[in-house]
Amino acid sequence: MESKPIVEIRNLVKSYRRGGQILPVLTDISLDVAEGEFLALMGPSGSGKTTLLNLIAGIDRADSGLINIGGIDIASLSETELARWRAANVGFIFQFYNLIPVLTAFENVELPLTLTGLSKKERRDHAEAALSVVNLSDRMEHYPGQLSGGQQQRVAIARAVVTDPTILVADEPTGDLDRTSAEEILELMERLVHELGKTIIMVTHDPRAAKKAHIIRHLDKGVLSANTQADF
Amino acid sequence: MQILKLIFKSAFRHKLRTFLTVLGVTIAILAFGLLRTVISAWYAGVEASSASRLVSRNAVSLVFPLPLSYKEKIRQVEGVKRVSYGTWFGGIYIDEKNFFANYAVEPKIYLEMYPELIIPRDQLAAFLRDRKAAVAGRKLAERFGWKIGDIITLKGTIFPGNWDFVLRGIYKGRDQTVDETAFFFHWDYLNEVLKKAGRSWAGQVGWYMIEINNPNIAADVSLRIDKMFKNSLAETLTETEKAFQLGFISMSEAIVIAIQLVSFVIIFIIMAVVANTMAMTARERIGEYAIFKTLGFGAFHISGLIFGESLVITMTGAFLGIGLTFPAAKIFSKGLTQFFPIFNVEHKTIVLDVIAALIVAVVAAIFPAWRATKIRIADGLRRIG
Repeated sequence: MESKPIVEIRNLVKSYRRGGQILPVLTDISLDVAEGEFLALMGPSGSGKTTLLNLIAGIDRADSGLINIGGIDIASLSETELARWRAANVGFIFQFYNLIPVLTAFENVELPLTLTGLSKKERRDHAEAALSVVNLSDRMEHYPGQLSGGQQQRVAIARAVVTDPTILVADEPTGDLDRTSAEEILELMERLVHELGKTIIMVTHDPRAAKKAHIIRHLDKGVLSANTQADF
Repeated sequence: MQILKLIFKSAFRHKLRTFLTVLGVTIAILAFGLLRTVISAWYAGVEASSASRLVSRNAVSLVFPLPLSYKEKIRQVEGVKRVSYGTWFGGIYIDEKNFFANYAVEPKIYLEMYPELIIPRDQLAAFLRDRKAAVAGRKLAERFGWKIGDIITLKGTIFPGNWDFVLRGIYKGRDQTVDETAFFFHWDYLNEVLKKAGRSWAGQVGWYMIEINNPNIAADVSLRIDKMFKNSLAETLTETEKAFQLGFISMSEAIVIAIQLVSFVIIFIIMAVVANTMAMTARERIGEYAIFKTLGFGAFHISGLIFGESLVITMTGAFLGIGLTFPAAKIFSKGLTQFFPIFNVEHKTIVLDVIAALIVAVVAAIFPAWRATKIRIADGLRRIG
């Protein structure tokens, strides 16, 4: 991929304090992700994959280093600014879908749009379009509890893309799904990259999932390996 | 709008827990409302007092009389418009448990000084004509099924003997604040019998009711009256009708304070119950709040969700409680007429109910909201799965 980097990370350091001890999690990480790229982050448990993803998504703070997303140094943003930035620029896909159980599929997808200045009709149009992208137009009024795991994850993907964010971050998006559903989700993510030009950064343990990505990077003990071109 | 919908849906997510909390708030607000109504009933006499009426009684105690001869002297005091008088009779109707207030009064002026007691003209005329006549309040007449023309016999306690009266009139209150359970008869009738029996209260009255020209001169007129009878055998203590009524309440002040304290304790207990519900709810939903934060919702929105949910639960209970206070007060009123002639749920009580419920809702949500807004997203997300 030769597009200009939309994610630029330089010399990123992150550690956690447990009791009186400081545990280093990420050590001097540098990473570029180009626009429209599908990057998979792999590595054993505790290697810092989710921490790195959280830092890129602006839901955690680094100790030092630069994180520049779409030309914005997110480390310089206040909590309120960061929340606004996340709402506009990041779409999240979680392992356990994380839908709000008392809201219908449509309402879950519409939820991030309530933070925008869109009218009710515009919100409805956007949410319906997002649900149609994930082929769930006929399940709009269903509650999460009435949907299968794969369908719930598709709703979560619709919620992630509905605001047309700069990047999509996915943390083990197939980790809670059977093989068929996982395959459907991965195909959907591929479509988002190829057809809609989305940039996806995905954390996964699953080599089959990682194979769908353009680039695979391995993290081990907080250190990022060199680029690996996915075999696809 | 979607946020409001979310608040309502979230509030009723745990149906049993929400139902029990709402039930608790309903009972607490009902109890609070009834206790406040009891306090209002206690002060009903004070509230119904007129600023232009003074009461002059024996300075030693109300149980000691004043000579009838004071009437003319008081009437001549500057600022006094009219003077009447009365005596507490303390009669019992059939049984002691049938208590009601009964007074021997100088009938014409006394009733004129109480325009809030509305008596049909023909009944008033009949009452004034007949020395053995009496008038009773509407609620009192209803309580005992009295009709005009009935002979009512009271057993005297202060003035022994059986006293027969003919019911010539039934008065109604001008509004809900007027006591409709009193019984008035002619002071002349009482005095006549006492005179014949050679009793010490003959020619004596319990108090003077004084109407003044202007409420602003009440203090001056009171001073003048009391000064006039200084160093006499029966010195007077003159005060406004309100102060006179408050004097009665001060005798039972400890009970009123205890009721007030209990009413606040109820609110404090329900605050703890709602706070517990909200704390449990927020703890269970920490992961969900982390998702909201992830999606870009800020502390303001998260707090709004928690405060909103607390308000929905508490105000649902509060409105049910307020709704039930009216029929409950009616039932109480029927059973307690002899103790609380006026037992109405005042607007003030409803306002206090709503304020108490709002305070409960807000205070109960403060800690859970603070906790939810302070949690780090990464920590919150770890709670899911």
